[in-house]
Amino acid sequence: MKRPFEQAVTEHGAVVLRVCRSVLGPDEADDAWSETFLSALRAWPDLPEDANVRAWLVTIAHRKAVDVARARARHAVPVALVPDAPAPHRDQPEEALPDGGLWAALAALPDKQRLCVAYHHVAGLPHPEVARIVGGTPAAARRAAADGIARLRSTYAPEGRVSLHV
Amino acid sequence: MSDHTIQLLESGTNDEADHLAALHAALVDRATTESSVDATYRVVDSPVGALLLAATEAGVVRVAFAVEDHDRVLESLGTTVGSRILRGGHRLDPLARELDDYFAGARRDFDVPIDLRLAHGFRLSVLQHLKEIPYGTTESYGQVAVASGSPRAVRAVGSACATNPLPIVVPCHRVVRSDGSLGGYLGGLPAKELLLGLERGPR
Repeated sequence: MKRPFEQAVTEHGAVVLRVCRSVLGPDEADDAWSETFLSALRAWPDLPEDANVRAWLVTIAHRKAVDVARARARHAVPVALVPDAPAPHRDQPEEALPDGGLWAALAALPDKQRLCVAYHHVAGLPHPEVARIVGGTPAAARRAAADGIARLRSTYAPEGRVSLHV
Repeated sequence: MSDHTIQLLESGTNDEADHLAALHAALVDRATTESSVDATYRVVDSPVGALLLAATEAGVVRVAFAVEDHDRVLESLGTTVGSRILRGGHRLDPLARELDDYFAGARRDFDVPIDLRLAHGFRLSVLQHLKEIPYGTTESYGQVAVASGSPRAVRAVGSACATNPLPIVVPCHRVVRSDGSLGGYLGGLPAKELLLGLERGPR
């Protein structure tokens, strides 16, 4: 890539942060974001001019998220990609609650569903691209994303009432 | 109604902008420390308009006026010094301070390290000479041609000035026509007038 890397950060930084938050939860998302853009920066000059930058960044973010989750697994008992979802704080002001609730609801999804929701709905990648990142067929990625969204709708109420149990 | 969930996923949260700014700043610091940036840049305000300042590890590599189109200048840096370019960091803080002092009339020379890798051959020797023209004085294109070792290359001196990658810092504004008229300037003639007026001092 000959374009200044700053453009990639400006155009895709927010989406990648949202993807990291969706996959790992807000606490570990920052590390994954930083690692993603640092390794993207190093590799930037070798990226072909016609590459899909967003898909490329999300692919790197996926690998970094897996690394973060593995590191966590070495230090703790849980083996799932996301730790137990923290219960939403009761005393949080109203405007903060929906987001916290959304992360919690995402965290409660099975890994594959959460990844497919993150890469399709949050990152906006088409299902075949999602399948290339998470493995499996595009049809399976589509199904996992749809199942994940259906489950989110039943577990997460945007009005602020959050139930983690289906 | 239920699509609110998808909408939230797609649009993100309110705290994002500040948070991203902090992450971005940390990224620039880490990348600079481990030398994986080709250049960093910032834009400063000045009496001659917004100035883009860019630096490599070696020093300031580019100063650009708004009329040069900062986006285009950055694109071009991507192909010349390398595309690992980030905004921010602290490398350009000293130059920003020196420019403030210069425009306040409190500084005559720039001390920051400069990187002249964007200039070659005769143009480079012209720029080397321009650095020697003292504050508040001018030379003609012909005088610069002589001083740069090619007395007949008056036009080439003009194009060396027009393509100066470090205007203001390398003072091509101190080159004027032998009849005293301004000649050209890559930042526009009003900018050249302002700089020469500043250096003449109040009177």
